[in-house]
Amino acid sequence: MERSTLQAINAARAARRAAVVVTDLSDGASQVFLEGARFPPEWDGLIVAALRSGRAGVAAVEGRSLFVNVHLPPPRIVAIGAVHISQALAELATVAGFDMTIIDPRTAFATPERFRAVELLAEWPEDVLPSRPLDRYTALAALTHDPKIDDHPIRAALEARCFYVGALGSRKTHAARVERLGQAGVPTDAIDRIKAPIGLDIGAASPAEIAVAILAEIIEALRRRDPTGRAGGAR
Amino acid sequence: MSNEPNILDPLKIAETWCNDGRKVALATVIETWGSAPRPIGSHLVIDEEGNFQGSVSGGCVEGAVIAEAMDIIESGTPKILEFGVADETAWRVGLSCGGRIRVYVERVDG
Repeated sequence: MERSTLQAINAARAARRAAVVVTDLSDGASQVFLEGARFPPEWDGLIVAALRSGRAGVAAVEGRSLFVNVHLPPPRIVAIGAVHISQALAELATVAGFDMTIIDPRTAFATPERFRAVELLAEWPEDVLPSRPLDRYTALAALTHDPKIDDHPIRAALEARCFYVGALGSRKTHAARVERLGQAGVPTDAIDRIKAPIGLDIGAASPAEIAVAILAEIIEALRRRDPTGRAGGAR
Repeated sequence: MSNEPNILDPLKIAETWCNDGRKVALATVIETWGSAPRPIGSHLVIDEEGNFQGSVSGGCVEGAVIAEAMDIIESGTPKILEFGVADETAWRVGLSCGGRIRVYVERVDG
C-alpha cells in the first residue's frame, strides 16, 4: 500500500466520510475511493455494495482477485452536559471506537482541561445542532437533567432517528420530562424510545460506573438495531 | 485533541509510525471461515523491529504474522498467509478456536 493511500483513508475517517479500498491481491496495487465520488465502471457494483453493507470481502473481477475493504465513519456519541459522567464517558467512548462531542452552554463546566481528547462545544445545543445535525449514526446522551438544556436536543435526536437517545434523571424527573415533551407535541412512540433512567441496570453508583452503564447501553442499541431501519436507529 | 493516536486504531498508528520514519507493514484479514476471532478487514500494523499494534486473531497467530511482516518489510513483496486449526502434536501455529483465516501482508511504501 502506498503511504498516500493510508493517509487518504485516515483523512476520510477523520472527516466522517466512508472510504473503500480496493487491493489487487496479485500485485498489491491499491486504490481508495470516497463515498460520493465516481467509481470505475467495472468496480462500481462492488464498491457501492461495500458502502451499503459495510462489509469487506474478496471478489473476482475479470479474472483478478480483489480485496475490497470498507471504512465507515465511526458511530458518534453526543453528550449534552460537560458533567462528571461525561468526563468518564469521553475516555471510555474513545477507546471503544466512538467519535464524541460534548455540548454544554455552561462555560464553567465546558473547560478544555476537563475534556482533553474529545470535541467540546461551550454553546447552547439549539445553536450548535443546526450546523452539526444529529443522524442515525449518532447516540445522544442528555446528562444535565436541566430541561432548559436537555429538552431541545432530546427532541432533535428523536426527530433525526438517532440510534440511541438516553436521558439522565430519576423516574420522577423523567415523568415530568415525558409530560413536557407530550405537551410540546412529540409523539408518544417517539417519547417511548428515550432510555430513562439512562444506562443498563448494573447497579452503577459512581460517575465512572454510570458512564460504563451508558456506554454499554449505547453499544447494545448499535449492535442490536433493526438492520432494515424500519424501527428507527441507524441502518 | 490528543496527539497520541488511539492504541486501538492500527491505521492511525501506521500513519504515525510512517511519519516517524519507521518502516511499516500492514496485515489485513481478507477471508475467514468458521469461528474466526477477528472479522474481515481487521488490521495489524508491524514495524521493522517487530513492534506491533492491532490484531488479526485473538493473539493465536500474531507471532507468525509479525515474523513474515518483517521479511516483507525487507523484500517489499506482499504475501497472503493462511492459518487453520492448530495442530496440537506438532506445535504448529494456528487458531485454537477451529476457524480458518487468510491474512494479506503488505509493506507501506512512499
